[in-house]
Amino acid sequence: MVVLDAAHGGDDTGGHSGNWTEKAFTLEFSVRLRSLLAARGMEVVTTREQDVTLDAERRDEIANHAQAQACLSLHATLSGSGVHLFASSLQPVEPAQFVPWKTAQGTAVARSLELAGVLNSALGQAGLNVTLGRTALPVVDSMTCPAVAVEVAPDPSSEQTATASLNDAGYQAKVAEALAAALVEWRSGGLGEGSPDNGSRRGAHAP
Amino acid sequence: MIPRYQTVLFFLLLAASVIMGAALWQLRNRAEERRQEAQASTPTQAPLVAPAVQATLMVASDADDSMSERILSLPLPPSADARARAILGKLLDLYAAPGAAHPVQGGASAITQVFLMPVSAGGAGASGNTGNGGAKNGPEMAVVNLAGTFAASHPSGIETESLTVLSICATLHANLPQVTEVRFLVDGEERETLAGHADLTRTYLTAEAEPAVVGAQP
Repeated sequence: MVVLDAAHGGDDTGGHSGNWTEKAFTLEFSVRLRSLLAARGMEVVTTREQDVTLDAERRDEIANHAQAQACLSLHATLSGSGVHLFASSLQPVEPAQFVPWKTAQGTAVARSLELAGVLNSALGQAGLNVTLGRTALPVVDSMTCPAVAVEVAPDPSSEQTATASLNDAGYQAKVAEALAAALVEWRSGGLGEGSPDNGSRRGAHAP
Repeated sequence: MIPRYQTVLFFLLLAASVIMGAALWQLRNRAEERRQEAQASTPTQAPLVAPAVQATLMVASDADDSMSERILSLPLPPSADARARAILGKLLDLYAAPGAAHPVQGGASAITQVFLMPVSAGGAGASGNTGNGGAKNGPEMAVVNLAGTFAASHPSGIETESLTVLSICATLHANLPQVTEVRFLVDGEERETLAGHADLTRTYLTAEAEPAVVGAQP
């Protein structure tokens, strides 16, 4: 199972410029990726299917209850170029019966880095410009699944404006196809197995 | 029956009152604007009489999500707090310059204050200013107070926001090695994120702000 979290939504537009909003992009991209994954026989849970306000805790509840093999937090930006992948900057910690909500990702961060590597490889093979980093992102930091924030930035090879590049269906499809291929590889390679969320005995304290 | 001249006089006085009121309102607004401009132009750099010392800026680049070291000679005040503010102001001046690799508006005025305080055993301490230096007094936390206008105009995105935060942390640590922790405020208050992504509620450890890619620029 894969969890797709379309960031922002409702009152929270995320980044915006003119008529372009990050919340609309992430929702559209989430639907596109969900379709590709479903077509490959993967079960997908999305945190939102429409333009609604959703706080970080609710997103994490959905992701953590799904006990997913992989969780992707989908973002977009008009800055930089290509695709930016971010794993949590939390230090790895040993799985425990209960872990603090705000640092729950610490138990899965090692596998999150592996997932980021698989995504990086697939995006690179698709000819996309990828940067890989670690950061503090509250939504990702509270997830117990292998989690990566995927931030889609304008296509560096495009001569279009930043917003036009992001709205380009061909570019979106290329990124989504590469991510779907990576997630299939992640599942088939069994790399998502053994996550601490596979058993109900483990969980995270809600804040 | 009110005489006609009294009615005319009344309306004349009323009109004069309205005009004077509007004029006063305009004058008040202008005075407020002048006051704010004066505040905004408060120098963040030391007077030129201060001795020039080398400062290391960790300059971010959006192109490859990296930071590169840039060494400049700047006149800096002796006080550690003022020095930190001046150095960060210079860093943000670079970001506000045309053609910057990490374009962010705001410049030096985006750093309203920088406070340094000792790190207590259980986390951040809250005792007084350490003046100049502090390395011999143990690790310190820097509290960076950003202007609300800077946060409001900052480009939204995980990469760009993280680079701003990490380059501030790395620059502080490069120039004030005793600074091991950094916290951020916006207009003096805690804020969840910089522009929708980078977490500003946490304490950043400068040891974790090491750039992924470091290059040296002359």
